[in-house]
Amino acid sequence: MSDGLRNRRILGWAATDALVLIVALFPVLWILMLSLKSPGTVTDGSFLPNEWSLENYSNIFEQGIFTRALLNSFGIAMIATVIAVVLASMAAYAIARLNFPGKAIMLGAALMIAMFPPISIVGPLYNMWRNLGLFDTWPGLIIPYLTFALPLAIYTLTAFFREIPWELEQAAQVDGATPFQAFRKVIVPLAAPGVATTAILVFIFCWNDFVFAVSLTSTSAAQTVPAALSQFPGASQFTAPYGSIAAAAVIVTIPIIILVMIFQRRIVAGLTAGAVKG
Amino acid sequence: MAEIVLDRVTKRYPDGTEAVKQLDLDIGDGEFLILVGPSGCGKSTALRMIAGLEDISEGELRIGGEVVNDKAPKDRDIAMVFQNYALYPHMTVRDNMGFALKLAGVPKDEINRKVEEAAKILDLQQHLDRKPANLSGGQRQRVAMGRAIVRDPKAFLMDEPLSNLDAKLRVQMRTEVSRIQSRLGTTTVYVTHDQTEAMTLGDRVAVMRLGELQQVGTPKELYEDPVNLFVAGFIGSPAMNFFAARLEGDRVKLPIGELQLSDELRRRVESHGGGDGGRDVIAGLRPEDFEDAELVDRNRHQGGFEFDAKIDLVESMGSEIYAYFGHSGEGARSDQISELAADAGGADIPHADEQQVVARLNPDSRVARGETARLWLDATKLHLFDPQSGKSLTHSGE
Repeated sequence: MSDGLRNRRILGWAATDALVLIVALFPVLWILMLSLKSPGTVTDGSFLPNEWSLENYSNIFEQGIFTRALLNSFGIAMIATVIAVVLASMAAYAIARLNFPGKAIMLGAALMIAMFPPISIVGPLYNMWRNLGLFDTWPGLIIPYLTFALPLAIYTLTAFFREIPWELEQAAQVDGATPFQAFRKVIVPLAAPGVATTAILVFIFCWNDFVFAVSLTSTSAAQTVPAALSQFPGASQFTAPYGSIAAAAVIVTIPIIILVMIFQRRIVAGLTAGAVKG
Repeated sequence: MAEIVLDRVTKRYPDGTEAVKQLDLDIGDGEFLILVGPSGCGKSTALRMIAGLEDISEGELRIGGEVVNDKAPKDRDIAMVFQNYALYPHMTVRDNMGFALKLAGVPKDEINRKVEEAAKILDLQQHLDRKPANLSGGQRQRVAMGRAIVRDPKAFLMDEPLSNLDAKLRVQMRTEVSRIQSRLGTTTVYVTHDQTEAMTLGDRVAVMRLGELQQVGTPKELYEDPVNLFVAGFIGSPAMNFFAARLEGDRVKLPIGELQLSDELRRRVESHGGGDGGRDVIAGLRPEDFEDAELVDRNRHQGGFEFDAKIDLVESMGSEIYAYFGHSGEGARSDQISELAADAGGADIPHADEQQVVARLNPDSRVARGETARLWLDATKLHLFDPQSGKSLTHSGE
């Protein structure tokens, strides 16, 4: 390949990448700009704010609804993540290490459930939760999150656990470790990165959910940020709360961006783990 | 340090297959014993049973006089070197080597002292604070050895420890392993499928096939006096040449000619049931039992036999010459021979079943490809085997 051709190729790819990035990130940038406009100029239609202001941000933090929703989001996502990862670790350990009938079916079922459209169970859940008193409570969201997070976690963790050379456990046993010591000192440190990655993926899944949150909650008792966003009050009943929504949207995105930036490599590994080795 | 005794040890899997059948082995204190055999012969399973990583279905295993059948690996005080080294990737070389001592609650200073000492033996001092991922294959192998050495265990178990190294390094490490073992004098059981390793390393070699022990002995015993076709063909490189032959009284008809059994051989054959009425046998001759007829000195000439061979191929190794020639006779057929051929990848090599004979000749020989050469063979070194059972008729023992 000549240099000229190679350069043209690089340029071509750079242009394509830039285009994709712009298309993907433009709405995000729009929201960011919107959130930085003063409430009065939110609907002025210009891209860059005519008046830069942080008023939208201070407004949403002054309203109890948003801070309370943030707390709900964190709490619910955290609890669901911890439960999912603990249970899924055990399941994945068994799937990766042991041979038992129905292993493939179990993994297949997990994958199927993870792909199941949430919207199709929202209706029945709404009725059930109201009868059971779970409507608008933390457990009322944690349980459906688990239904989807568990299969996701089992699937990712199985892929990670399969990569651990189990001979190490035997080596540790010959070195004089009890089975528990072998697990704690050799297997856990090796499994930890996989578990952490899975936890992040599950957390992001729960944090991002809108369908369940908006259908199964009604008050600030359990409303998460995405649900609360849709119910922000305007400054008066005639103004749409675009500024506040934009500011809240930016804030809920921040933890995800931070997580992804820190764990980028791990998340990619988690998403592609098992892609080759199955 | 201790002796290891396997008393009719059997490994049976739930589906009924027996990986190891009634294995009897007596490994002396400080001895270096090699378990060798083709893949799937049960040698690794036997080793893992000694380590405690596999249950023993039947029989008794004693280490240092103590029955350890039901003891966990950690209570057997043995160290194992795994084929893929099984180094702990999250620990430094120092921690890898000191892990066992740390678990045993040895004080930190002493761990450090022992690790440094082992590192010195293995030339690993400058790598102690690196992680296994940053080491070369040879260095990893040495760390795996070091992990075993620091503990000063009753016995070392090694599962094909050199098979992941490239050829040159393997030869280097082979001498290294041998030196370390004789220096420490620790009882060692070493599993390999490589007969060269088996011959060069061990005090004694145990050959296994299909879960059964074939023969135990010093490398020399196995080489010169194999009990059956399998051992004869497995030990030695290039392998022993086999011919379909016929034994009549004290004469043996080979495809390359007819020769007279020496008195010694005749006595042996008789003690194994003889061949009075005439019987089909498989004859075996090692490559070095041939020589260029011109170069054989007169005194030796007596016990031999001369014949003409059309040389197909000559490989000059400098210190010796390998001459390949064919013969018109029928091929030697036996389950054990086909098994050996399969293990050596013979099935993949075209014309592997053609009657090829390898002769290892003096480098001064002037044999050339395509020419007919006058060769001599040492009839006193002839081995005869029963074609059905594969048992040697010329084995010195019963």
